[in-house]
Amino acid sequence: MTIKTPRVSTTALAALAAGVMSLAAPSAQAAWTLNMTPGISAMSREIYSLHMLMFWWCVGIAIVVFGFMIFSMVHFRKSKGAVADQHFLHSNRIEIIWTLVPVLILISMAVPAARVLVQTEDPVATELSIRVTGYQWKWGYEYLDTGVTILSTLSRDSNRARQLGSGIDPNSVPNYLLSVDHPLVVPAGVKVRVLITAQDVIHSWWVPALAIKKDAIPGFINEAWFDIDADKTGTYRGQCAELCGRDHGFMPIVLEVKSKQDFDLWLKKQQDALKQPAVTPSETTTTTTTTSQATTPATHVSAG
Amino acid sequence: MATTEHGAAAHDDHDHKPHGFWNRWLTTTNHKDIGTLYLVFSCIMFFIGGSFAMLIRLELFKPGLQFLDPALFNTMTTMHALVMIFGAIMPAFVGLANWMIPMQIGAPDMALPRMNNFSFWILPFAFTLLLSTLFVPGGGPAGGWTMYPPLVLQTGSALPLMIFAIHLMGASSILGAINVIVTIMNMRAPGMTLLRMPLFVWTWLITAYLLIAAMPVLAGAVTMLLTDHFFGTSFFNAAGGGDPVMFQHIFWFFGHPEVYIMILPAFGIVSEIIPTFSGKPLFGYDAMVYATASIAFLSFIVWAHHMFTVGMPLSSELFFMLSTMLIAIPTGVKVFNWATTMWRGSVSFEPPMLWALAFLFMFSIGGFSGLMLAIAPADFQYQDTYFVVAHFHYVLVTGAIFAIMGAVYYWLPKWTGHMYNMSLAKWHFWLSTIFVNVLFFPQHFLGLAGMPRRVPDYAVQFTDWNMVSSIGGFGFGLSQFLFPYLIWQCAHGGAKATSKVWDTSIGLEWELPSPAPYHSWVEAPSMATIEHGVASH
Repeated sequence: MTIKTPRVSTTALAALAAGVMSLAAPSAQAAWTLNMTPGISAMSREIYSLHMLMFWWCVGIAIVVFGFMIFSMVHFRKSKGAVADQHFLHSNRIEIIWTLVPVLILISMAVPAARVLVQTEDPVATELSIRVTGYQWKWGYEYLDTGVTILSTLSRDSNRARQLGSGIDPNSVPNYLLSVDHPLVVPAGVKVRVLITAQDVIHSWWVPALAIKKDAIPGFINEAWFDIDADKTGTYRGQCAELCGRDHGFMPIVLEVKSKQDFDLWLKKQQDALKQPAVTPSETTTTTTTTSQATTPATHVSAG
Repeated sequence: MATTEHGAAAHDDHDHKPHGFWNRWLTTTNHKDIGTLYLVFSCIMFFIGGSFAMLIRLELFKPGLQFLDPALFNTMTTMHALVMIFGAIMPAFVGLANWMIPMQIGAPDMALPRMNNFSFWILPFAFTLLLSTLFVPGGGPAGGWTMYPPLVLQTGSALPLMIFAIHLMGASSILGAINVIVTIMNMRAPGMTLLRMPLFVWTWLITAYLLIAAMPVLAGAVTMLLTDHFFGTSFFNAAGGGDPVMFQHIFWFFGHPEVYIMILPAFGIVSEIIPTFSGKPLFGYDAMVYATASIAFLSFIVWAHHMFTVGMPLSSELFFMLSTMLIAIPTGVKVFNWATTMWRGSVSFEPPMLWALAFLFMFSIGGFSGLMLAIAPADFQYQDTYFVVAHFHYVLVTGAIFAIMGAVYYWLPKWTGHMYNMSLAKWHFWLSTIFVNVLFFPQHFLGLAGMPRRVPDYAVQFTDWNMVSSIGGFGFGLSQFLFPYLIWQCAHGGAKATSKVWDTSIGLEWELPSPAPYHSWVEAPSMATIEHGVASH
């Protein structure tokens, strides 16, 4: 007995610790993921903290309120012989308290929320502008003033596997439904502005690691900005977040984050390629302007 | 005594029921018959909408597409929502209102009985129209129940059918709402003052005003879709000078009050059940009425919190974030009052109370996620993910549906005159409660991990929680078959119910015999009866 009790509690502690750790440090690809990612920019971490602040407030309130309810149910249960107090029917003092206390709690939530919200709407002093266009069912990217464009569609192996009754096990496809032929290449450590629109119906451009989700609306241009940490180069993935028709689930977003130097080199190469006629007919004609860069991202995947 | 065998329509007694099955049910103007029609209709729709949900969970059981084409999957999510909202939840509340409001305020019937018949019989036609879209060229509506243009304008022949179906549902709701308001305002028994009315009547009165204010807005929005598609207007077409986001503003100006249309009567039900099984009247009755009215008012100034990602100006985002957070205050007041009703009470756990308590806990969970969703910057991450799906199912399934279940188990003996099978009812409750959490709780995790809603297929890292969720879904779906079986059983026999049914039930409906006579309160209840019936606030 004396030996067994601590053993059980260690197991329980370990389970609890594992739970807490998976809350605190989620990895994007792990199964049984419980929580969102803190992301790769100062802004995404701000939003993550806000989310956690709200989460812990809710947990705290739940403990108090549910505790009170459970106590009332158990302690005043009829089967125990509890007799109802027919005079305990209202109390102005209690009503005022449980109106005012939530007001104070809400203020303590609203202040940081408003502060972060103001920051998200601050796309000034950006160094690079990218136009994002949603199509049924792919994404187009244009680096403004450079002439470089990218058309980004679901990668071929994912597309093959996702057909109804394809017989291909999605687990055998790398990054199933989250990989594209031509990813969006962006620099780290640079404040980038994205101008988001759509050609046909409403889409929504969502990259969880950036904590950006903005609707792409035909005829209108929405604005967002991000500034990825200089050391967070690598590959990050997102999806269309607004129902846009049959293949809404099949137009992922892949972000290839390069260091500023690598990005400049890459962009230069794209621009040079634009100046001469395309000589490599390996890629199909649908993405003529990006033909030569098609191979580039593959060589840089290891950066992540 | 007018204690006649209820159920079998064979008896031709002094109730003056119309003769014959068709004559009785098609032409009835009796509030109890119409209430039954609404409830039966709602139950059928609950199973039809539920079967769509089962197909959704089947396809999402594992990654890859196994059963449904993506377009059909989108049709399933769209139809599931439309059928559950307009076919299952709203008619169930109208059915309960029909049955209970006249009995609770001491009125002989609804104020406008023929309109009452009409407002019900619109519904089968509306849903025949809606469900028929599954078989038209181009398939059923697949643009989501929110019907955002321009996507919805890509719908095939289903578009006008869906729009007309929504017009009909709206008309039915408005007629029903008018009837509720006129009944409550004009037909209360002498002595039944406004602040003596049971909370169910209060919440329905406020809901009826919300319906009258909100449904025409929806009708307007879908009519604009119709003219955009068929008559060359450009309300929502940027190329013609319109604005697709304007549809979202109009839709959610309807949509948010609609959310409260589906929850305020549930508040009323819970406010009836918890006092009965706590052995003492509702704590803070006046505060509950004012809190309900505040929530109704706020429901009209928070709509754009459904649209934080559409690119609104900062000032609008701030306004809608703060106004949405305000809702937590009256909602908190309600939860605290329910909890405090149990404090120093004598709490027993009959089936209606179990559903009400489950409502209390799980609606609160939906409230917590709602508060998180109100925080605009965090909503950029939550918007259109499974976190939202989890949120609104906690509010609508464990909120609205659980309250409806509780209401049926609460008043069923009054309707049929028989007690139902208590242990089976507890099985139904526990299976539902366990499975519904297995079904919806993991969807919070899926949403936070990055799974968007309305997708037929997903990346493999979402597999585990989706499997858990689907298993919960199948379990919840199967458990619901106990419900009609139990009602059928109770309608056809069982221990005789007393007029009080529950030891400590409070309200005028319990002053009537069980089953309630076909015509009740033909003479207004006496002052003494009212005093006894509302011996509370």
